Amino acid sequence: MEIIVCVKRVPATDSKVKIAADGRGLDPAGVEFLMNPYDEYAMEQAIQLREKAGAGTITVVSLGGADAQKELRQCLAMGADKAVLLDDGGKPNDGCSTARIVAAWLKTVPHELVLCGRQAVDNDEGQFPSRLATLLGFACATEVVALTLDGKVFRAERDIEGGREVVACPLPAVISCNKGLNEPRSPSLKGIMAAKKKPLDTVAATAVEPALEFVSLMLPPEKPPGRIVGSVQELVAALRNEAKVI
Amino acid sequence: MSKIVVVADARSGRIKKPTLEAVGAAVDLAAKCNGSVVAFVAGADNAPAVADLQKSGAAQVVSLRSPALASYSGDGYAKVIHAELGKHAPSVVLMPHTAMGRDLAPRIAALLDAGMVSDATALHFEGGRFGATKPVYAGKAYRKYLARRAPFVATLRPNVFEIRSGGGATTTEVAASIGAGELLAVVKELAQGSTDRVPLQEARVIVAAGRGMRGPEHFGLIEDLTAAFGPGVGAIGASRAIVDAGWRPHREQVGQTGKVVSPQLYFAIGISGAIQHLAGMRTARCIVAINKDANAPIFKVAHYGIVGDAFEVLPALTAAIKAAVAH
Repeated sequence: MEIIVCVKRVPATDSKVKIAADGRGLDPAGVEFLMNPYDEYAMEQAIQLREKAGAGTITVVSLGGADAQKELRQCLAMGADKAVLLDDGGKPNDGCSTARIVAAWLKTVPHELVLCGRQAVDNDEGQFPSRLATLLGFACATEVVALTLDGKVFRAERDIEGGREVVACPLPAVISCNKGLNEPRSPSLKGIMAAKKKPLDTVAATAVEPALEFVSLMLPPEKPPGRIVGSVQELVAALRNEAKVI
Repeated sequence: MSKIVVVADARSGRIKKPTLEAVGAAVDLAAKCNGSVVAFVAGADNAPAVADLQKSGAAQVVSLRSPALASYSGDGYAKVIHAELGKHAPSVVLMPHTAMGRDLAPRIAALLDAGMVSDATALHFEGGRFGATKPVYAGKAYRKYLARRAPFVATLRPNVFEIRSGGGATTTEVAASIGAGELLAVVKELAQGSTDRVPLQEARVIVAAGRGMRGPEHFGLIEDLTAAFGPGVGAIGASRAIVDAGWRPHREQVGQTGKVVSPQLYFAIGISGAIQHLAGMRTARCIVAINKDANAPIFKVAHYGIVGDAFEVLPALTAAIKAAVAH
């Protein structure tokens, strides 16, 4: 099976947010970037599917600038066979342009299964997987926490409000991976050495304008400091009379 | 005149709060742009959902029916909804940011080649353009977007927008032309949890606990406080640390790799308040922190705090809440 894994380079979740001078983006100074945590579940799932089938190729792809090569190398070290950087110089994209750019590139490579994280933890959009599936005309299951392949049909489980649903999702497919699906492996020393010799190609990304204008990035409004109360009675009175929530 | 279409999440057959809030947000947006609100619902039998939507404030309810839509299929639902949207030429399409909305709205946006904002906490109409603001970077910042072209699609964070009510909506029944053979991915089984448990994202009150509870055997105290608010009100949440430690199931995890919640009242008990946790709950209307450590970061986002041992505070708090709720 030809498996594509889509990954994104994102700011570490514990990094401090500073607004760039233009008021629209993140000031990257002093921010640590790493692979989107949900994409690690996608990468791990790809390796497990290939191991189980005893055959197949994993191609990992990232849309971004040259610095995303670091995350692609990490995937090669985990076990991907090859990597492709869709280079757009690191421009801001929305869900619409990202899905269209990746869909355009997929026309040039064999692919039967596309695995992604459920969302990237920078913009927390989560649009990409089912948008991509729609553009490709593929079946899709999102936010998957358990996955088994029976012949050519996946049995994918996803959590919904107050329960869990099981989706029958035939190949070719796009699957978005949620926490709980697997335990991503750390690259071994052998894997890291092998990754240096694996192909990492750079391909110019198709030019697609985002459908959204990024107007501004703002810090949350300052919240007045909370109040430490001395007793349970004082707390319950405040919840009732001030906050009016009980 | 601008048309705003709200696509309902009617998975349970009925219309729940997040969809009603989305219709409410559409009614408020329509007032700004002199627009009108149409609610769509797709399924095999939409009668109860249609009845709910008729009172939601929408001017028109469109019921898309086909036996093939009895079980949710993201591609199937998107196809029939997209076909119907063609007749309405909406400026805006909204869905609640529920499991269904997160799956379905991007498919509709892709079919429309439209810009979309997920998990929006505000909607905009400025200079003839629509847009939204949403939390980004784990809630450490907000980004405002405006659509470069119509239509614009958004999913809306539950518990943020006001429900409006109305009556006299016209109802249009549409026989959706889709056969079961056209569907790609289809839901085959639905395992509902016990019905007396409120889904975390829909709970009005969440009692969340962390390492400060010392072990899973002490969660009776958390269950008691949750139950003190009465049936159908509260749900239990958990920090990532105790989910990873196996004390509680992942479905209860609040935070960046868990669920994002926005209840009226959120208790953080024995939770220090790592940034990953704050990402999941900082838009709660009222946050109460109970922690032994007066310097715990959770107190920075809390509206009220008690510095103390959870094992001493909880029984008294449960009794006081019970008494307050009874009056």
